[in-house]
Amino acid sequence: MAEAAALSVEGLVRNFGGLAAVGGVSLEARTGMLHAVIGPNGAGKTTLINLLSGDLPPSAGKISLYGTDITGLPSYRVSQLGVGRSYQKTNVFLGFTAFENCRLAAQSRLPSSMRFVRRALAYADVNRAAERSLAATGLEARSGELASALSHGEQRQLEIAMTLATSPRVLLLDEPLAGMGAEESSSMVELLKTLRSGHAMLLVEHDMDAVFALADRLTVMVNGQVLASGAPAEIRANPAVQEAYLGEDEPGG
Amino acid sequence: MAMHDAQPRALALVLVIGLAGLAVFPIFGADEKFYMQFLAKVMVMAIFAMSLDLLIGYGGLVSLGHAMYFGLAGYTLMSLTPEYEGASLWISLAAALGVCALAALVVGLLVLRTSGIYFIMVTLAFAQMAYYVVHDSKYLGGSDGKYVYVKPVLSFFGWQPFSLDKLAAFYYVILGTLAGVYFLLRLLLASPFGHVLVGIKANEHRMRSLGFPTFSYKLVAFVIAGVLAGLAGYLAAALDGLVNPELLSWHQSGQALMMVILGGMGTPAGPILGAGALKLLELLLTSWTKHWQLLLGLFIVLVVLVFPNGLASLFGKRKRGGAEHG
Ligand SMILES: Nc1ncnc2c1ncn2[C@@H]1O[C@H](COP(=O)(O)OP(=O)(O)OP(=O)(O)O)[C@@H](O)[C@H]1O
Ligand SMILES: [Mg+2]
Repeated sequence: MAEAAALSVEGLVRNFGGLAAVGGVSLEARTGMLHAVIGPNGAGKTTLINLLSGDLPPSAGKISLYGTDITGLPSYRVSQLGVGRSYQKTNVFLGFTAFENCRLAAQSRLPSSMRFVRRALAYADVNRAAERSLAATGLEARSGELASALSHGEQRQLEIAMTLATSPRVLLLDEPLAGMGAEESSSMVELLKTLRSGHAMLLVEHDMDAVFALADRLTVMVNGQVLASGAPAEIRANPAVQEAYLGEDEPGG
Repeated sequence: MAMHDAQPRALALVLVIGLAGLAVFPIFGADEKFYMQFLAKVMVMAIFAMSLDLLIGYGGLVSLGHAMYFGLAGYTLMSLTPEYEGASLWISLAAALGVCALAALVVGLLVLRTSGIYFIMVTLAFAQMAYYVVHDSKYLGGSDGKYVYVKPVLSFFGWQPFSLDKLAAFYYVILGTLAGVYFLLRLLLASPFGHVLVGIKANEHRMRSLGFPTFSYKLVAFVIAGVLAGLAGYLAAALDGLVNPELLSWHQSGQALMMVILGGMGTPAGPILGAGALKLLELLLTSWTKHWQLLLGLFIVLVVLVFPNGLASLFGKRKRGGAEHG
C-alpha cells in the first residue's frame, strides 16, 4: 500500500459529439492490486480503457504513469512504457498462428524491430516470451494453429496471451471473461489472481462472481460518471449501486 | 518456417528452373539479340514489380505512383552520362538510388498519413507531378525524352571486367540483380522488420497497440521499395539507351500493379511470374493481332477470376501462418 499509484487518472473526459462517454473519471491502479470497473452497457468502461491505452485521445483530464504525465501519448508509446491492454472485441491476427500472434507481441519489446537480416524466428528470447504467455493462458498445445481455427474461448485466451507477451507492468483488461465457457473462465480467474502480484491491474468485467473474487477495489460507472468507488464490501452495501446496477447480483450483460 | 517465409515447394522449383533457363539462354540464343533484349526487359520489370509487391503484398500499401522512382533513376543516369563516354556505374547508380531514396522519403512522409483510396490517389498525384515536370522540361528532353548514348562503365579500381555494351554481359548483370533482389526480399521478409510489415497489413491498429510505431516501419518500407524501383529503372534506362516521360507514367505504375496482381501478391516469386506472363503474352498477342490489348485484358480478367491469389497459387497454397518456429 505504501507504493505510489502505478496509474492515476484525474478528471478524465471523452466526448463523442454531444455525448460524454467518459465524463470526468478519477481513479488509481496500484501494483499488486486489482481495481475492477463495473457498470451497465454503455457506461463508458471501454472508452475509459481506450483513453488509458492511448487508443483514443482524451477531451480533458490527466493520466499519469508512475508519476509521469502520459496524457495524449499515442498507443504505441503507452505500450512501450509498460501498459498492456486487451480488447473486449477479440482483436487478434486471424491469419497468423497463435504462436506468431504472441511472438509478434513479444517482438515489440526488442529495442527496435528495424532489423533486416537475422530471421525473426532466431530471436530466442522473443520466442521464449511468446511460449511463456501461451503457456500462462493454457494455449501451449494450440501454438501452431491459425488464430482463425481457434474456438471463440481460445481466441479470448489468445487476446490475453498477446497482452502478456508484451511484458506489461500495468494491465488493462476489457471483459477478459466475455464469451468464455465455465472451465476457461475459472482458469482465467486463476491466472488473473497470479498476475495480481506483479502488476497493477484494471479489470472491466460483467461477471460479478469473478469481480468479487478478484477485486481489491471497485469502481462503478454509470453514464460516463463514477457512481461509487471503494472496497468491494462497501460497494455491495451501497444502496445507489444496488439500485443502478447490482440489483439482482448479475445484470446479464 | 514462419508464415510469410514459407513458400510452396513447387513454386520454388518453378523459380529455380526459370532462373536456370534464363541463365543458359544466352549460350543457345546468342544470335537471338531480340529475345535476349526482350528477356532482359522482362527481368527488369520483374525487379520493378517485386519492389511494388513489398508495399502492396506485405505492407498493404497500394501505390499507384511507383513508376516515379523507376523514372527518376533513369533520368538521373541520363543526366550523369556525358555525350561521348559512359558514366561510372558505381557513381551514377549510387546517385540514382540516392535520388530515389530521397524522393521516396519526402513523398512517403506525406502520403503515409493517408490510407486506402486516399493513399492510392495521393501516390498517383505525386507521380503525375513528377511526370509533368519531366514532360515539360526542355533540359530533360521534354515529351521525346533523351538518349543515354553510352552504357555506364563498370570498373573495380580501374579494372573493367566486361563492358555492358555486350548485350550478353548486361543480360547476366540484370539476371544477377534479379536473383539478388529476390533473395534480399526473402531475407527482409523473414526478419523482424518483415514480420512487422505483415502485421501492419493484417491489423495496423493492433500493431500500434502492441507498441510498434507503425508509421516509421511503413516509411522505411516505402523508401526501400522506392530504391529497388530505382534500381530497376536505372537498368531499364541503361539497357534501352534512352529515357522518356513514359517511364514515370501511370501506365508504367499500372503495369507493375498488374504484374503483381497477376503473379500473386505477398510472395516474392509472384511478381516475377506476373512480369513473365504479362510480357510474354504481350509479345505473342502483338505479333498476332492489333487488338492485342483487348485479349490481354480478357486474359487478366480470367486469371483474376480463376486464381484470385495470382498465378503463384497454381503451384500450391501458400502456408500462411505455417506453424512452429525452429
Ligand atoms: N467511437 C465512438 N463514437 C461515438 N460514440 C461512441 C464511440 N465509442 C463509444 N461510444 C458511445 O459511448 C458510450 C460508452 O460506450 P462504451 O463502449 O465505452 O461502453 P461500455 O461501458 O464499454 O459498454 P459495454 O458494457 O457494452 O461494453 C456508448 O453510448 C457508446 O455508444
Ligand atoms: Mg465495453
